[in-house]
Amino acid sequence: MKNNNLHANALIIGMLALIMSCGQAGKNGSNGALSGSIAEKVYIAPGERDEQYAFLSGGYSGNLTVYGLPSGRLFKEIPVFSQFPTSGYGYSEETKPMLNTSFGFIPWDDLHHPDISQTNGELDGRWIFANGNNTPRIARVSLSTFETEEIIEVPNSAGNHSSSFITENTEYVVAGTRFSVPVPQKDIPIKEYKSNFKGALTFISVEPEHGHMDIKFQLLMPGFNYDLSHPGRGKSHGWFFFSTYNTEEANTLLEVNASQNDKDFIAAVNWKKIEEFVNNGGGTKMASNYAHNVYNESTHTATSTIKKEVLTVNPADVPGAIYFLPTPKSPHGCDVDPSGQYIVGAGKLSANITVHSFDKMLAAIEAKKFDGDAYGIPILNYDDVLAGSVQSGGLGPLHTEFDGRGNAYTTFFISSEVVKWKLETWEVIDRKPTYYSVGHLMIPGGNSRNPHGKYLVAMNKITKDRYLPTGPEMEHSAQIYDISGEKMELLYDFPTHGEPHYAAGCNADLLVNNSKKIYRLDENNHPYGIKSPAEARVERDGKEVHIYMSTIRSHFTPDNIEGVKVGDKVYFHITNHEQDFDVPHGFSMIGQGTSEILIMPGQTKTSLWEPKKVGVWPFYCTDFCSALHQEMQGYIRVSPAQSDIQLSWSLDE
Amino acid sequence: MKKRSKNLITFLVVLVTLNACTPPTEKTRTEEPVSHPKGQASVVDDVSDPNILQVAASSEPHSTLVAAVQAAQIEHVLVNAGPLTVFAPVNSAFEKLPDGTVQNLLKPENKDALAQILTRHAAPGSYDIEALKREAKKGRKLYMATGDYLEVTMDGDNISVAGAKIVGTVAASNGIIHVIENVILPK
Repeated sequence: MKNNNLHANALIIGMLALIMSCGQAGKNGSNGALSGSIAEKVYIAPGERDEQYAFLSGGYSGNLTVYGLPSGRLFKEIPVFSQFPTSGYGYSEETKPMLNTSFGFIPWDDLHHPDISQTNGELDGRWIFANGNNTPRIARVSLSTFETEEIIEVPNSAGNHSSSFITENTEYVVAGTRFSVPVPQKDIPIKEYKSNFKGALTFISVEPEHGHMDIKFQLLMPGFNYDLSHPGRGKSHGWFFFSTYNTEEANTLLEVNASQNDKDFIAAVNWKKIEEFVNNGGGTKMASNYAHNVYNESTHTATSTIKKEVLTVNPADVPGAIYFLPTPKSPHGCDVDPSGQYIVGAGKLSANITVHSFDKMLAAIEAKKFDGDAYGIPILNYDDVLAGSVQSGGLGPLHTEFDGRGNAYTTFFISSEVVKWKLETWEVIDRKPTYYSVGHLMIPGGNSRNPHGKYLVAMNKITKDRYLPTGPEMEHSAQIYDISGEKMELLYDFPTHGEPHYAAGCNADLLVNNSKKIYRLDENNHPYGIKSPAEARVERDGKEVHIYMSTIRSHFTPDNIEGVKVGDKVYFHITNHEQDFDVPHGFSMIGQGTSEILIMPGQTKTSLWEPKKVGVWPFYCTDFCSALHQEMQGYIRVSPAQSDIQLSWSLDE
Repeated sequence: MKKRSKNLITFLVVLVTLNACTPPTEKTRTEEPVSHPKGQASVVDDVSDPNILQVAASSEPHSTLVAAVQAAQIEHVLVNAGPLTVFAPVNSAFEKLPDGTVQNLLKPENKDALAQILTRHAAPGSYDIEALKREAKKGRKLYMATGDYLEVTMDGDNISVAGAKIVGTVAASNGIIHVIENVILPK
């Protein structure tokens, strides 16, 4: 029956698309929609700058990419969960600890949902958070240095997907599990899933001054899949909303077995109530094991600490804090409008979009109108909480963003389109094809009280013939729409890197003036840093050789070193003595089992080399730093392990 | 500069023509100023150490040199990643030249000759005093940006380049400035 509906809908969509394309052709003919005026909207002349920043998730690249809007120009890739030879992140001795976990060093993750920090419900531009989906982690990236400053592992979680969304004063960054698992982990038959597996929703507090993260509590929910989430804002601040699927608690062939229930739930969590409960001593401390990695900008060094305990909360212990809102057809996206009144659940197997009312939810709770419970958590009546349903005419709704003018925009994966609809009347105003199976969309500021409703970026999962072909694998396509008018207008499309799952964006002026240019040498407290080239030296400590090296255009100090032996562990501690914006130096050594490192002005970084062969081996600067960059090189003489050649070093002697 | 305005006018005329046949947009980009007309020379940066141009511009005794650099339109060279070692004659050094020499060089038609003279005061590389002493001791000549080789001599603690004595040294973010008492002219 379901299948027949799908087919019927697909037919209707097909016919609609035909009719619409005819209409558009006519429009194109009359005023030239593809004329110069559209090109001008995305054209940023040489020397001019974009209006907005967009931070796109890199998905399986593990990293974030930074683009300009409206030009779609790529500015930077920020390494977060993946080793990155371009900068040496995860390769340098200082940054290896950033990728430490309770499973050991994990060089990769699947980065999904970036979210910019907020104050009073508006973007404040201090940090951007992102979740690692695979080995559950949350990262915090500085929006002044564009470097990852902190990563915290999330225990008792698996497939960290309904993450990393923040509350409106960045009190918490929230991480919900997609896969429920035994909590704590234990060796049991998979078939004992039901009631044995739990879904952890983790509230990570964010210290206001430096942004340091700490797990405040974990809510151990029934063993559903927690898919996406968003914070309440304005009137609903203090609540958090999570979409769920697999309320069937299936543990195999989920594509069938998790689609049995007509409705799953959106879980409404009153986190302020739970916060109060734990502040008064509530909750149960559980033995655990998770890494907390913090990068210190003063020492230019990360440290990893393994934490041993986490505070868990059983929902039954905090009555009145959690309710289930029935939502049709395995809801995926769970989005809250700028006023905080409407909670949008996009049933990914549905044609329609369900919108719940926060006020009606509170009234139903007040009146205690429940339709039973699930594991003790009250279920509200669908009709009691429903604000409206958008008869979209599309198929496969996924995600919704808002423009701040009372309109919402929802992506439809199967019908490949963005649909614009009106809050409160629930009528469809416009629809534009994206052609290539759109996943997420992003309006800068869209997850806040104050969206900047000028551009919309749709991120497609497919590319196929959109660009020049590059073999079987193509970068995913993104499309930018002008949404300032009644109708959306497709302006431009551009390739992304990895797979963008969601993005965050903000006005450029929020970040431009805070962007760091150099690290000050007088503030460099790296234990192996040197304040000037005069302090350059080489020290031996058993098999370890520590080279305190300096770089400044266009030479290393020292650049001739002798007395290193096969079997030594040679640490190059390189301080870049430049104090000039955008003048890094690089370093690489022949035969080194790691990547190059790129050292920013005023920074110290360490690269490890374990020489295996006797000889005289060169190193060089990997970044074209200056007119004499090709001269920026040096030699190290490596002698046999038993040799008695003393350490010596020099420059131009 | 004249060329730029001409181009701008052409651009505007073309745009107006274009606009005539397309519906007007809310905002045309031509109204916005180009934010970085001079590239690196116009970067706003009060955090990095000052570069050679910025150091020279803030030094009153080098006002003639700075005026000459501007007249020769070689500012961009002094803000480049370099590194450069600049031997910077003070105002009195220019005054030692025959009457009318500076005024003549500052004329637009002598721009290339002026640029050549100034460039002869810059060496690719960063040579601090210790490095210059090594040049003198080892008998190495300094390779200048014009392709000339200049002799470095040491008399006690005094270092001279092509006979011009160094009376002070200032480090810059993209190189080093040595203040000299004479203009280094081709032999």
